[in-house]
Amino acid sequence: MNSSALIMMLATEIVVTLVTIYFFIKVLKTPPKEEPDSFSENDK
Amino acid sequence: MSNNKEAWGSRVGLILAMAGNAVGLGNFLRFPVQAIQNGGGAFIIPYLVCFLLMGIPLLYVEWSMGRFGGKNGHHSTPFILDSMDKRKFWKYIGVFGIFTNLAVAAYYCYLESWTLSWVWHSVTGSFSGQSQAQVASFFGNYISLETLEPIVFWIICLVLNTWILSKGLSGGVEKVAKVGMPLLILFGAILAFIAVTLKAGDHGAINDGTLGLNFLWTPDFSTIWSPKVWLAAAGQIFFTLSVGMGSIQCYASYVRSKDDIALNAMSAGWMNGFVEIVLGSAIIIPISVGYLGIDTVVEMTKNGGLGLGFKTLPYLFDQFGGALGVMCGVLWFGLLFFAGITSSLAMGTPCMGFMQDEFGWKREKAAWAFGFVVLLLGLPTVLFFNYGVFDEYDYWAGTVSLVVFALFEIILFAWVFGMDKGWKEITTGADIKVPIIFKYIIKFVTPLMLAWVFISSLPGIWSQIKNEAIDKQILAATDPAVIEQLQTQLLYVNISRVGLLLVWLGIAYLVYIAYKKRIKEGRFTS
Repeated sequence: MNSSALIMMLATEIVVTLVTIYFFIKVLKTPPKEEPDSFSENDK
Repeated sequence: MSNNKEAWGSRVGLILAMAGNAVGLGNFLRFPVQAIQNGGGAFIIPYLVCFLLMGIPLLYVEWSMGRFGGKNGHHSTPFILDSMDKRKFWKYIGVFGIFTNLAVAAYYCYLESWTLSWVWHSVTGSFSGQSQAQVASFFGNYISLETLEPIVFWIICLVLNTWILSKGLSGGVEKVAKVGMPLLILFGAILAFIAVTLKAGDHGAINDGTLGLNFLWTPDFSTIWSPKVWLAAAGQIFFTLSVGMGSIQCYASYVRSKDDIALNAMSAGWMNGFVEIVLGSAIIIPISVGYLGIDTVVEMTKNGGLGLGFKTLPYLFDQFGGALGVMCGVLWFGLLFFAGITSSLAMGTPCMGFMQDEFGWKREKAAWAFGFVVLLLGLPTVLFFNYGVFDEYDYWAGTVSLVVFALFEIILFAWVFGMDKGWKEITTGADIKVPIIFKYIIKFVTPLMLAWVFISSLPGIWSQIKNEAIDKQILAATDPAVIEQLQTQLLYVNISRVGLLLVWLGIAYLVYIAYKKRIKEGRFTS
């Protein structure tokens, strides 16, 4: 691959992947709100 | 009285369902083709700018509208919009949020059934040893209904969708998303690895797979100022996120008012971006360029990526030989199937929510009624595919209707409901700090961008109404049989257009009846 294509691809894919992972981890790490919340699995 | 007691099982399930709603066949078939036709790697600049200025704002708006409507027991757009302003006409604008889902589901389920059928044919070795022309002709024979197989797979697909919908949000839609989305990403990652590591000389490939990546990602910065490229990027962002459909509002209406929507919207939106940019760019173009070369691929993608995906890739996978070829076929069409079904399920929920809320239907009844209406509406797209009915549905329901509805809803949210109240809706319960700049982007930039997309599409809409493309073909044709075929096509296209209009009016009438019923029962309207 030529360098401009490689830079474009890697820069974009790294940024998009990191942002996606960041938000998803934040979702996983955020504790659920007090009941009653929107999610039935938290009711148990 | 509403029978709607639906709820999401878990937050991850909601996000995967919402991401699954957005991730569709276009992530793998449309995005890479748009990129190579609009400046290669440079396309990503307008794409990401449009994502920030139009995609993210619309996600915030639709999620918050949905949660706002849900507070008052509204789970479909007619009465969600109605609850945001005292003027009575908004509920009829909300009709678009049901119409689009019904009409798109009508043809999308047929497309989805192809992927199921192609999985089956990959397993049974139907493409084994066939030439490229034979595989392409297989597709042609399939859509020409030379056997009843397409109808059988379509019915299976419809019944499967309806059955899952009848199990409800947490018991059906969410379960499918929790299985389908991880599998889709896994399948995509395996195929991307195979595509990128493809070497010239291996299994008959003439180029390395990386030549395709190089072709797709090499930036042509001269295109960056072209309005056509920006319009293509805006269109891609619009369609990939499933905004302007009414399905995001429906899913979000089951989120309680104190729970987060801002982080959820970002997580689902970026997940869709990951699938599109990272996986979508690394499969179809690298494999196709590896076997066919750049010029052939450019020629083949002039009419979009559908042909490449269904007519060419099965032949190319067969070149891998043996178990690897079969596995790649199953992974590719399996991936497209999961992308499709997680989207088509999202199309069912607003229609069901409306019947449950307004007419007190039970979930199962609403689901099977949705399936039956999709069957009736979809039948012309199956039977008269070769007469342009499928494309006509796609144009009006899958393109124009989305833009019109999104333009109305952003005006309602930012200018009628009011941005101060709107901002409060977006940020209430937020688990992230939403940058304040989005308040101004939503108020000024996004409406202008949507207006630009709509105005730019007006000449195309007018041309479509006048059937200019078919008329030109009729004028250019000399063979009487071809002229007769085109005139029949014109007739079917016009009938399907009138049919879609009647569907819209029928839903509007149902909304009117629901409104009168609410008044009679003393239930909340606006």
